[in-house]
Amino acid sequence: MSISIQNVSRRFGNFQALSDVSLNVPSGSLTALLGPSGSGKTTLLRIIAGLETPDTGTVLFQEEDVTEKAARDREVGFVFQHYALFRHMTVFENVAFGLRVRKVAKDIANARVKELLSLVRLEGLGNRFPSELSGGQRQRVALARALAMRPQMLLLDEPFGALDAKVRQELRTWLRKLHEEMHVTTVFVTHDQEEAFEMADQVVVMNHGKIEQIGTPQDVFDHPATPFVMDFLGNVNVFHGRVKAGRVELGPFSLAYDAYTHEEPRNATAYVRPHELEIDRVATATSLAARVLQVNPAGAVVKVRVFAEEYGVELNIDLIRDRAAVLRLQSGDTVYVHPKTARVFMPEPEYAI
Amino acid sequence: MHLSARQTRIAGRHVANEPLWLRILLIGISGIVVTVLIIVPLVYVFVQAFGNGPAAWWAQLVKDRDTQHSIFLTVVLAPVAVLLNTIFGLAAAWTLTKFRFRGRVLLLTLLDLPFAVSPVVAGLCILLVYGMQGFLGPTLREWGMPVVFSWPGLLMATTFVTMPFVARELIPLMESLGSDEELAAVSLGASRWQLFWRITLPNIKWGLLFGIIQCHARAIGEFGAVKVVSGGIGGQTDTMPLRVEKLFQEYNNPGSYAVASVLTLMALATLAARILLERWTEYQLAAMSEEKEG
Repeated sequence: MSISIQNVSRRFGNFQALSDVSLNVPSGSLTALLGPSGSGKTTLLRIIAGLETPDTGTVLFQEEDVTEKAARDREVGFVFQHYALFRHMTVFENVAFGLRVRKVAKDIANARVKELLSLVRLEGLGNRFPSELSGGQRQRVALARALAMRPQMLLLDEPFGALDAKVRQELRTWLRKLHEEMHVTTVFVTHDQEEAFEMADQVVVMNHGKIEQIGTPQDVFDHPATPFVMDFLGNVNVFHGRVKAGRVELGPFSLAYDAYTHEEPRNATAYVRPHELEIDRVATATSLAARVLQVNPAGAVVKVRVFAEEYGVELNIDLIRDRAAVLRLQSGDTVYVHPKTARVFMPEPEYAI
Repeated sequence: MHLSARQTRIAGRHVANEPLWLRILLIGISGIVVTVLIIVPLVYVFVQAFGNGPAAWWAQLVKDRDTQHSIFLTVVLAPVAVLLNTIFGLAAAWTLTKFRFRGRVLLLTLLDLPFAVSPVVAGLCILLVYGMQGFLGPTLREWGMPVVFSWPGLLMATTFVTMPFVARELIPLMESLGSDEELAAVSLGASRWQLFWRITLPNIKWGLLFGIIQCHARAIGEFGAVKVVSGGIGGQTDTMPLRVEKLFQEYNNPGSYAVASVLTLMALATLAARILLERWTEYQLAAMSEEKEG
């Protein structure tokens, strides 16, 4: 079932949680709402579930306007950030809850719960109470409970936020697989860009109650629409310079920039990711001299921090291990840095009246 | 319930550090105070009540019609007051924890008023409003529903004095439970009614029971407010505490002590119930906090 959000706004007292947000979630897709805390992503998710009402705007499921529809009639599976398991019920009764309140015949309900418990690999734990489970197990109970009514869509609020790194990784992979098997339209909220990129078909980046960008993970990562998206998606080096006649000049660097071909120069900001900076031992005409501050070889890439005295900027650079082995950097070494590529943003020109 | 667990832990740490003489001194002082103020009078009530044997004690309770009626009145009135305060307490706690509205803090403060105001003043207020000289009294009398010097007044006074117990117990509990489980239930299709019976009530039942027990203990023993509105009509508006006083004033000490001993037994039963409940809730809280940590 597809979801369509149209011009939704929501205010809490003086805080504008969402302002004029529109979004389409295709049927059967897995969409991530990505943003920092306070960006409105959880509010948006709750509005889709009907747990929160928008001040203005509409929510459509397929063609049907559900804005006024009560949460219990929306047939949405919702997984809460802290699972919100019913602490006085066993795992079995937790999963069965939706079936019980809808008066599904007992034998059908029990069979369905058994099936779900095996789906989330919790067979044999039906008689436990939530307090007797690990974090990962609770998360899976919450998921099974949300799936019990065979919902048209599944909404997850920071589903892996409270889990440790290893369990989180396992559950991500598992949930992605589950989604491929069931094809239920899924929306999840996260502040972790890695999680969003790894799981989602569609990533929605939010900030200050607005949507900054919607796209596939590849799209969003390679072509960030705004400086915020660029900055939010991991470590980034910022350069200030000018654009002019199809090129961007950033201190000693000069790169092609087709988007601006006018002769009149304009101020611009360029963002370069750590892996897009190249280090050399010898100087070229367009490279920047810098002193190595720190080399951190622990990890898949070697992280280097350098300081360019001429401009007073500190840069973060990721080197692949082979390259690092060739360069054999020591802190204190003088090196020459240049960007392979950069993403340029021009501030809106200010017109004087 | 939370407090008692924490207090024991703090006490344990202190005892380990303090010098022996201080320990003995402090324990001695507490022991003396408890003995003089609580144990001796308590035992004395029973000694006096049962001084002439259980048969005489029983006779004191049964042979006097007014005493009989006072027991009946208390045993009926107290549970009704508790029932009213349970319904009110649930409604108030629900309102105050689930909604944010103008005047919320005021309502929260007013809820404590019955504890702050002297019971005699509370009784007097009822007298002034519903009494024959009050502005509602004559009308109610015409309708055949007199409040003062009759059981509705007693019920009103008892309910007023015991009003905060249930609500006060539930508000912090419901605040700490939050609304996540309830939202989860709603998203799973529960109606309001199902939500209350299947989620809210099971989560607050021990706190609720605790509040009810405290409320009941206070309702049985209430004297001041009830004294003012009762008018002391023997066999009609005398509750047990009032009866104890009246018998005592009439120099009927055996009768007075017999009724007092019954009241004390009720109090001890309440205490026992409280202790059992505290043990149980501590166990429940431990399970709860464990769940939160994960």
